[in-house]
Amino acid sequence: MDKPFAITLNIGSSLANHTGSWRNERPVYVNRLPPCNDACPAGEDVQGWLYEGEAGNYEQAWRNLVRDNPLPAIMGRICYHPCQTACNRAEVDEAVGINSVERFLGDEAIKQGWQFKLTAAPTGKRILIIGSGPSGLSAAYQLAMKGHDVTIRESAAAPGGMMRYGIPAYRLPREVLDAEIARIVNLGVKIECNSKVESAEATFAEGFDAVFLAIGAHLGKRAFIPAGDTARILDAVSVLHMTADGQPPLLGRRVVVYGGGNTALDAARTARRLGAYEAIVVYRRTQEKMPAHEVELREALDEGIVMRWLSTVSRVDEGKVTIEKMALDDSGFPQPTGEFEDLDADSVILALGQEVDLSVIEGMSEIKVEDGVIDVDGFLMTGRKGLFAGGDAVPGERTATNAIGHGKHAARAIDSWLQGENFVHAERPALAAFDRLNTWYYSDAPKTVRPKLDAARRASNFAEVVQGLDAETAVFEARRCLSCGNCFGCDNCFGVCPDNAVIKLENGKYEINLDYCKGCGICANECPCGAIDMEVERS
Amino acid sequence: MSTPLKFYQVGSFAVGNRLVDEESLSEQSRPGRTNSLTSGHRACQGCGEALGARYALDAAMAATDGKIVAVNATGCLEVFSTPYPETSWRLPWLHSLFGNASAVATGVAAALRAQGKEDIRVIAQGGDGGTVDIGFGPLSGMFERNDDVLYICYDNEAYMNTGVQRSGATPPAARTNTTHAVGANPGASFTQGKNLPVIAMAHGIPYVATATVADLHDLEAKVKKAMTFRGARYLHILVPCPLGWGSRSEETIQLARMAAESGLFPVFEAEYGEVTVVKKIRRLVKVVDYLKPQKRFAHLFGANGRPDLLEAIQGIADRNIAKYQLTDENTQEVARG
Ligand SMILES: Cc1cc2nc3c(=O)[nH]c(=O)nc-3n(C[C@H](O)[C@H](O)[C@H](O)COP(=O)(O)OP(=O)(O)OC[C@H]3O[C@@H](n4cnc5c(N)ncnc54)[C@H](O)[C@@H]3O)c2cc1C
Ligand SMILES: Cc1ncc(C[n+]2csc(CCOP(=O)(O)OP(=O)(O)O)c2C)c(N)n1
Ligand code: SF4
Ligand code: SF4
Ligand code: SF4
Ligand code: SF4
Ligand SMILES: [Mg+2]
Repeated sequence: MDKPFAITLNIGSSLANHTGSWRNERPVYVNRLPPCNDACPAGEDVQGWLYEGEAGNYEQAWRNLVRDNPLPAIMGRICYHPCQTACNRAEVDEAVGINSVERFLGDEAIKQGWQFKLTAAPTGKRILIIGSGPSGLSAAYQLAMKGHDVTIRESAAAPGGMMRYGIPAYRLPREVLDAEIARIVNLGVKIECNSKVESAEATFAEGFDAVFLAIGAHLGKRAFIPAGDTARILDAVSVLHMTADGQPPLLGRRVVVYGGGNTALDAARTARRLGAYEAIVVYRRTQEKMPAHEVELREALDEGIVMRWLSTVSRVDEGKVTIEKMALDDSGFPQPTGEFEDLDADSVILALGQEVDLSVIEGMSEIKVEDGVIDVDGFLMTGRKGLFAGGDAVPGERTATNAIGHGKHAARAIDSWLQGENFVHAERPALAAFDRLNTWYYSDAPKTVRPKLDAARRASNFAEVVQGLDAETAVFEARRCLSCGNCFGCDNCFGVCPDNAVIKLENGKYEINLDYCKGCGICANECPCGAIDMEVERS
Repeated sequence: MSTPLKFYQVGSFAVGNRLVDEESLSEQSRPGRTNSLTSGHRACQGCGEALGARYALDAAMAATDGKIVAVNATGCLEVFSTPYPETSWRLPWLHSLFGNASAVATGVAAALRAQGKEDIRVIAQGGDGGTVDIGFGPLSGMFERNDDVLYICYDNEAYMNTGVQRSGATPPAARTNTTHAVGANPGASFTQGKNLPVIAMAHGIPYVATATVADLHDLEAKVKKAMTFRGARYLHILVPCPLGWGSRSEETIQLARMAAESGLFPVFEAEYGEVTVVKKIRRLVKVVDYLKPQKRFAHLFGANGRPDLLEAIQGIADRNIAKYQLTDENTQEVARG
């Protein structure tokens, strides 16, 4: 062979040298559970729909979102967003404004007229849902999407449950509520209003294959309070319901609300809007112990609502309420002090919580009732086969979001039950904890945009008067997402490998070339979102 | 010198991003990048030098339409890439001796000029030993003659290829195999070191810059900028070496980042002897956070440690910060970078 002097071997590439054999550990791409998804009671794939939002694919983002929650424009306004409380970005600067992006997507869907796409063939199964609150609507949507024939019976004149008759319109405009309900009706769900179901058992005789009880908790709790004959005492749920019906009760100029939950604050804020110049909320514990959400308290205080902490109402007379001061004992419980004070009040609104009206299951002895709520199993089925229940009527947190989650789970359980199976919960991946992130790679929104984003983020907390995000700011906000535990295509692993052992595929995904990967772990260390695990090689 | 991308999710710090427009992508994020130093090389796991060389040469290839000749000094980069008859290089590449890379490169550039092929550009490269010590004379000559060569020094702060001996670029108090800590003696003596970027600037050559493997966009921009000049240019890249530093292989980039973010390794550019751009520290870290993960500094910590020397090293960082004005109003102080 004609090789140069002293050269005896053909020149070859180092590609012949498979350095993968040096490896003790191998990188593996993983999908972890982002804390936001983990915390969402409706089970939304928050990170997943934000990912589409980041690219400005708003319709796809909305479609991903509504797989789990058919009411994003509503929830983008009233949800207490536990997702944001859990958001990892809070440890970098401030949580992603998930709720404001959700609201933007929901509003955009209404504006653009996006509809659900029904692809399932009719199953011929008939399902009755009792109650058209968030849990009933969520279940109806999920069941209809699976091809079932769904009917909702609602005792009130219009659908929506507490979203219509509890939550005041200044927090949730009725056009938004109507638009999202109409979209579910467009799927073929029949809603029969003014149709109170007297007996759940009797509905089975009508030929329904399964029934979902979504009756909420509408009876205002009573407390014995000594009162003069002419004292004006109302309950918060009725006040809000009447106001929603356009027939607000007469409350007078000075109103005292008794209770510490969201309902109390909504009642006080509603009273202000109905003309009361003074609305005082009397609560027997401290601010820290208050069940109402912090944002709502802030908004109420902003509107001039006055809080009287550590106080109970001990007597009501015409034009006057007597309150007793309380003091916390060693175990943190409020104890009476014997110290009294009179407040001027034209009316007193009791907001001491709601109870479930259980008359609909009267006589059904196989159903267990505990602490006033209906007992269900892990599939949300009651003791009566085929009768499922969810939302405020069963144990759990009483929020619309939780009700939507119940509706989804009940729908899945019902669907499986109709096929004679038990619904199998998908295994939850490990959490994408903050300490797995490499935050170096995340940068801040420039200072110029931040105030605008902050304002918009706050706005979504209720005040309908203020604008939400627009198409431009929504994309900014979405891009603040760190994509915890799920690859977002940053190319870091592809770039930082000293051995070119990461392959970038056409579909935007990546693969490790194990022929050359030496297992150094740089890719995993430099992945911003913790989407790569190093696994020990088994030889 | 970061690219002007404004990202809220990922700034200009990550290698790429699916949302970035085509022109703003780093070379390393392109599936079609040259891979000047391809797979199968024998560098240790997590070698910063292998990474730095690919970053720099791929950027140079992109900047010149693939018209690059590289001349290599002896050292890890040469040894791990070309065990006869295999090569990892995917560009024309020459190796002669440990100390003469700049002289050979000067010759290659002259030969190309003589053939009228001045579109073909020449890069000389070597380790810190080959650059600041044994190759220093020829390099200074290359600067002084302003030969049309970009010299890249991959600084891993010791003679790694022959088993970690001290070089003129080894940091004070670091343990090497020729500077073991004995009793209260610290390892490498506490001297001022040999600051080659500053020496290169003193030659008044068109372009001098420093970079690390922790900021890819910055590094690529500097290589590309270097290719816009004719004449002698010098690029000094900090490339952590897990073997010689006694660090974990996955921490290579993180350590380079902390070297810069502590102020110990100032990242800047200079033209014709004057500093023009300084990369500001984003998250200021203490030098102890940078030194602690490296076994070569282990003797400075613990019960029989040398807090006085740690203090003195912090002093070097502080002087750099003051001299190069490495911090500004956007700098955050953090416990660990
Ligand atoms: C004032 C107030 C403010 C709130 N604010 C928020 C908030 O901001 N965010 C949040 O997440 N949650 C909020 N909540 C809680 C939330 O509204 C409830 O948790 C949620 O609506 C419960 O949903 P549900 O479907 O279980 O019941 P509901 O929404 O109560 O719906 C039950 C429906 O069933 C109907 N029904 C009952 N019995 C029968 C029957 N026998 N036959 C036919 N129909 C029947 C009722 O008329 C009603 O429409 C608030 C609640 C109140 C009272
Ligand atoms: C004249 C000469 N002396 C000594 C050597 C042995 N030698 C080869 S590489 C090397 C060290 C290289 O150190 P450096 O330049 O820092 O590169 P690194 O291996 O650290 O990347 C030495 C001493 C040699 N090849 N030639
Ligand atoms: S940063 Fe994004 S993925 Fe992570 S918790 Fe927040 S919203 Fe979810
Ligand atoms: S480094 Fe970037 S591209 Fe690689 S897995 Fe992580 S997020 Fe995805
Ligand atoms: S950076 Fe490369 S060599 Fe190192 S573990 Fe990842 S794929 Fe393997
Ligand atoms: S000794 Fe250091 S420079 Fe040399 S190949 Fe190993 S890691 Fe790279
Ligand atoms: Mg060296």
